[in-house]
Amino acid sequence: MDFLRKKFDEIRKPFNPGGKFEKFAPAINSIDTLMFVPKHNTHKGAHIRDGVDLKRVMVTVIFALLPAMFFGMYNLGYQHFSQLGESTAFLDCMIFGAWKFLPMLLVSYGVGLAIEIGFAIYNKHEVNEGYLVSGMLIPLIMPVDFPLWMLAVSVVFAVFIGKEAFGGTGMNIFNPALIARAFAFFSYAPQMSGDKVWVADASTIDAVSGETILGQLAAGAHSSWSVLDMFLGYVPGSVGETSVLAILIGAAILIATGVGSWKIMTGVVIGGAAMGLIFNALGLNALMEFPWWQHLLVGGFAFGAVFMATDPVSGAQTEKGKWIYGILIGFFAIMIRVFNGAYPEGMMMAILLMNVFAPTVDHYVIAGNIKKRKKRLKAA
Amino acid sequence: MAEGKEALFSKQNKALLSDPLNDNNPISVQVLGICSALAITVQLKPAVVMSLAVLFVVIASNVIVSLIRNLIPGRIRIIVQLLIVASLVILVDQVLKAYAYDVSKELSVFVGLIITNCIVMGRLEAFALANGPWKSFLDGVGNGAGYALILVLVAVFRELLGSGKLFGIEILGHKAKTLAESTGLYSLGYENNGFMLLSPMALITVGIIIWVQRSKNRKLIEQH
Repeated sequence: MDFLRKKFDEIRKPFNPGGKFEKFAPAINSIDTLMFVPKHNTHKGAHIRDGVDLKRVMVTVIFALLPAMFFGMYNLGYQHFSQLGESTAFLDCMIFGAWKFLPMLLVSYGVGLAIEIGFAIYNKHEVNEGYLVSGMLIPLIMPVDFPLWMLAVSVVFAVFIGKEAFGGTGMNIFNPALIARAFAFFSYAPQMSGDKVWVADASTIDAVSGETILGQLAAGAHSSWSVLDMFLGYVPGSVGETSVLAILIGAAILIATGVGSWKIMTGVVIGGAAMGLIFNALGLNALMEFPWWQHLLVGGFAFGAVFMATDPVSGAQTEKGKWIYGILIGFFAIMIRVFNGAYPEGMMMAILLMNVFAPTVDHYVIAGNIKKRKKRLKAA
Repeated sequence: MAEGKEALFSKQNKALLSDPLNDNNPISVQVLGICSALAITVQLKPAVVMSLAVLFVVIASNVIVSLIRNLIPGRIRIIVQLLIVASLVILVDQVLKAYAYDVSKELSVFVGLIITNCIVMGRLEAFALANGPWKSFLDGVGNGAGYALILVLVAVFRELLGSGKLFGIEILGHKAKTLAESTGLYSLGYENNGFMLLSPMALITVGIIIWVQRSKNRKLIEQH
C-alpha cells in the first residue's frame, strides 16, 4: 500500500496548493479519498466518532447493488438469447449482458461525475460522493436498448436540476436517479416503454414479444410468466429491477449495515400489499385481478422499495415518519400502476410524489411529539 | 410639469427602458405573468404574437391611465383600470381574430386573460398612476419587452428541442419514419424531447433562466 500511496502522491503533486493545476484539486481529491482512507480525523467536539464517512456509506450501497446488477447483466443476455431461440449458456449471457450494460454504466458515471467535478471546481468545494450511488442506479432502472446519448441527456438533467439546482449532495428534494428516469420517460416515451425496448436488440428482430409483465396486464392480457420467474427475475424489464432475490440480498446488506431503513422497506411492502388487496377485492380488470402478492414481485416495486425509497436525503427522517412515508409509497405505487395504464411503472411516480411530502410528514410527526410532551408536562 | 424640462432620454428614462430587461424583469425577477409564459411557449409563433399583444396592452393602458390619472377617484381606480385594460384586450382579440385567425385559435383563452396578467395591472398601479404619459410609455415598452424577451427565449428552447423547429420551419432536419429517409440530425438517430412540449418543462426553463441570471447578477439574490 505504501508504494501505491507514494506513486499517487507523485501524480497529484501538480494539484497540491501552489501547484500548476491547483484549481482542479477537487477532481484529484475525490479520486484520492475514493482509493485511500483519508488520514485526517475529527479533532474537535464531534458527536459521533466513527470511521464511517459518506464515501463508506455510499460504497456499502454499491455493494448491495452488485447482486442486482450482475443478475441484471445475466438476464439481459438470457432474455436476448431465449427470445431468439438460441442456447442460453451462462457465460454467453453474462458476456452479452456486460457488453450491453457496461457502456450504460460508463456513460452514466462519466457524464455525471464530469458535471459534479465541474461544479466543485466552479464553486470551489470538494466533490461530494452522492453521485457514486446515483450513477449506478440510473443505468439499472433504464431499459437495455435506451440510446446512450439519451441516457447522457437524462443524467445531465438529473444532476443539474435534480441536484445542483438545490445545492448539491444532501440538499436535493428528489431522488436524482428517479429524476433521470422520469425525465427519460416523459422526454423519450417510445424508447422507454412498449414491447420493443426491454429485450436487447428487440427492435431489429420481428418475432420478439418483449413486453414487461405490467405492460401485458395494462394491455388487458394475463401475465404469461410463472411466479418463480418473477421472483428469480427471468423476465423482461429494466436492467436491475427484475430479480427480487438479488434485490433481497441487497436489502439484507443494507439493513445489516444500518445504511437503509428497514422501516421504510417494510412500510412500502405493507402499503403495496394493502392496496393490492383492495384492488383484488374489486377485481375489475386484469391489473386489478393480478394477485396482490405478485404485485410486489413485478416491475420496479422491490427495487424501488429497497434502493430508492430508502434514500436518506429525500426520504422521511423521523422514525414514525419513515413508516408513514413507506406505507404511502407502496399504496400510491400500486394505485398509479392500476389506475393509469399509461404509467405501468407506478413506483417511480409514487416515490417522487412522496419525496415532495417527506418534509411534511416529518413536520407533523415532530409537531405531534411536541404536543404529546407538552401534555405530559402539564399533567405532571 | 417637471418632466417637461427633462431630456426625453435622460438617464432616468433610459433606466425605465432597460431595467425591466434585466434587473427588474417582470417574469424572471418579479415572477409575474407566469401562467401565460407556461401556456403558450410551446411554439415560437404564438409566443411572439402573445408578446406583441401584451406589449401593446401594457403601453396603451399605461399611457391612457397616466393621462387621466388626476381625474380617477382613488376609490374606484381599480375598476377604471380594468375597464381600460379590458377594452384594449378586446381590441387586440378582435384584431387577431380578423387578421391572424390560426394564431388566435392557438392562443385561445390566453389573449382574454391578458386582462388578469399581473404585469399589466402591476404597472398601472405601481407606475402609471404616479407618473406622466412619456415616462409611463417608456415603462410600458420596457416591461412589455422584458416579458417578450423571456417568452421568446423559453419558446425558442421549447420549440427547438421539443419539435426541432423554429416558427414551424424544420431547423434540425426532417424526421421520417425510418432512419435512412430522415435528414439532418435525425439521420444520426436524434429524437425530439417530448418533455419539452409539456408545461412542467416551461417552468423548469424559466427556473433555469432565473438561476443563470442570478448567478451572473449577484445583487438579485435575496438575503435571509
